[in-house]
Amino acid sequence: MTSAAPFDVERIRKDFPILSRELPGGRPLVYLDSGNSSQKPTLVIETMREHLAQHYGNVGRALHALGSESTEAYEGARDKIAAFIGAPSRDEVIFTKNASESINLVAYAFGNPINTDERFKVGPGDEIVISEMEHHSNIVPWQLLAQRTGATLRWFPVTDEGRLDIEGLNELVNERTKIVSIVHQSNVLGTVNSESPILARVREVGALMMLDASQSVPHQAVDVAELGVDFVAFTGHKMVGPSGIGVLWGRRELLDAMPPFLGGGEMIEAVWMDHSTYAPVPHKFEAGTPPIVEAVGLGAAVDYLTSVGMEEIKQHEKELTGYALDALQEVNGLRIIGPRTVVARGGTVSFTMEGIHPHDVGQILDDVYGIAVRVGHHCARPLHLRFGIPATTRASFYLYNTTAEIDALVRGLHHVQKVFG
Amino acid sequence: MIAESMYQELILEHYKHPQGRGLREPYDAEVHHVNPTCGDEVTMRVKLGDGGKVLDVSYDGQGCSISQAAASVLHELATGSTVHESLSVVDEFTRLMQGRGQVEADEDVLGDAVAFAGVAKFPARVKCALLAWMAYKDALVRSQA
Repeated sequence: MTSAAPFDVERIRKDFPILSRELPGGRPLVYLDSGNSSQKPTLVIETMREHLAQHYGNVGRALHALGSESTEAYEGARDKIAAFIGAPSRDEVIFTKNASESINLVAYAFGNPINTDERFKVGPGDEIVISEMEHHSNIVPWQLLAQRTGATLRWFPVTDEGRLDIEGLNELVNERTKIVSIVHQSNVLGTVNSESPILARVREVGALMMLDASQSVPHQAVDVAELGVDFVAFTGHKMVGPSGIGVLWGRRELLDAMPPFLGGGEMIEAVWMDHSTYAPVPHKFEAGTPPIVEAVGLGAAVDYLTSVGMEEIKQHEKELTGYALDALQEVNGLRIIGPRTVVARGGTVSFTMEGIHPHDVGQILDDVYGIAVRVGHHCARPLHLRFGIPATTRASFYLYNTTAEIDALVRGLHHVQKVFG
Repeated sequence: MIAESMYQELILEHYKHPQGRGLREPYDAEVHHVNPTCGDEVTMRVKLGDGGKVLDVSYDGQGCSISQAAASVLHELATGSTVHESLSVVDEFTRLMQGRGQVEADEDVLGDAVAFAGVAKFPARVKCALLAWMAYKDALVRSQA
């Protein structure tokens, strides 16, 4: 789909009501925390309001008019998301609560006694491979799997520049490997990982591969068929959609082979007192009343992003990132953690400032300039340990950010240095 | 400028020029405390003498200005006092920090630590201020065990 009009950030900003609010003390809001959670356009807010006001009913089980309107909207959202990520089948799009749940769902299918499929059998001697740049949500579920099964957790190291170090690929991914799960775009470094060399090796050894695409799907066109991996996880709230809704995309044939994750209403075919049979995918993995309005809101988010154009969004963010990398490197004592060029890199820039703790940086930026950044380890503690630092300050950009906001950030950082210098 | 009032001159002074920093011998107990949400950490040693006298409080750590300055102020207040006296300061400081900005600080008890009063209005930062003080309390318990 092509965009309706050339990219105009001022026009886009008008679509996001929150961006024109004032903070206490008359400070304008400079929102540089979209990697944490993005803001919502009027289209998403109004679609959700409209659904609640006019169409709401439970999905998949109510026969009345509202039930069918609600089901239509919910399943319509699935169609939109399937199209957005190039899913070969709409049934491969599973609604979850968030990306963490999506990853847990897949991890739970491994080493599960009720799953007899060879590819999911995991025990002592088997290996699970992740990387050192993962968000905790792509570390802990695999640690738990290793603890449950006695399998070994291994990981790709990260280079000083903040790139995935795949030098040891052939040893790391081997005949013992059951699954490789890595992040598509790092939520700290901004690094965009190329999945293809890893995938080639994964296929050679007969393992499976998952991508945590929480930070890539919102910012670039992601086509799951083109990627060629087996599972992709992402979340709604980082892509101008609501919180409480996430997505797992998986190959139909694998999803069919996997056991249910949560048991409950609507995931069954028939239930007896002593056993049950299960609904076909996607419903097998959607136990209980799902986040209906949130799914509808995510459908609207996908409509919105498509109307702006993912290529245009990517290009805009690339310009912002280049501008930010140049401007930030001019600040004395500032060290960027991650690639210093825009090549294979998204609009997330993390940094340290000599002698000043990120919490102090974030507090002053917020307080004096209304600049919202994230400070801390960003749920990626092992990555921070690897760089020998406890925390970073992170600015993350999206389609509605401007170079003027990056100028404000740089001014803010100079002020921080004045306070603590 | 709500937060700038939190960064009192005295806090910044202690942050830039920490008093008594560095781990020293001899000591009776050593503890290591961390704040898991932000990674701030402190290692603290206490050396007690006769009559419950606090002979030395030495520490090392990393973290934000609030956590590091709080450790420096603690060192000044506790060293040379007694276990009993210093614990009453810790209690008053804890009461102030957990008071959500509604508690009037007792300057006679707190001394320089009264400068942290503004921190109590920022719930996310209260743990930073308390880190070293909780470590101190823990170290006292262990050194008397």
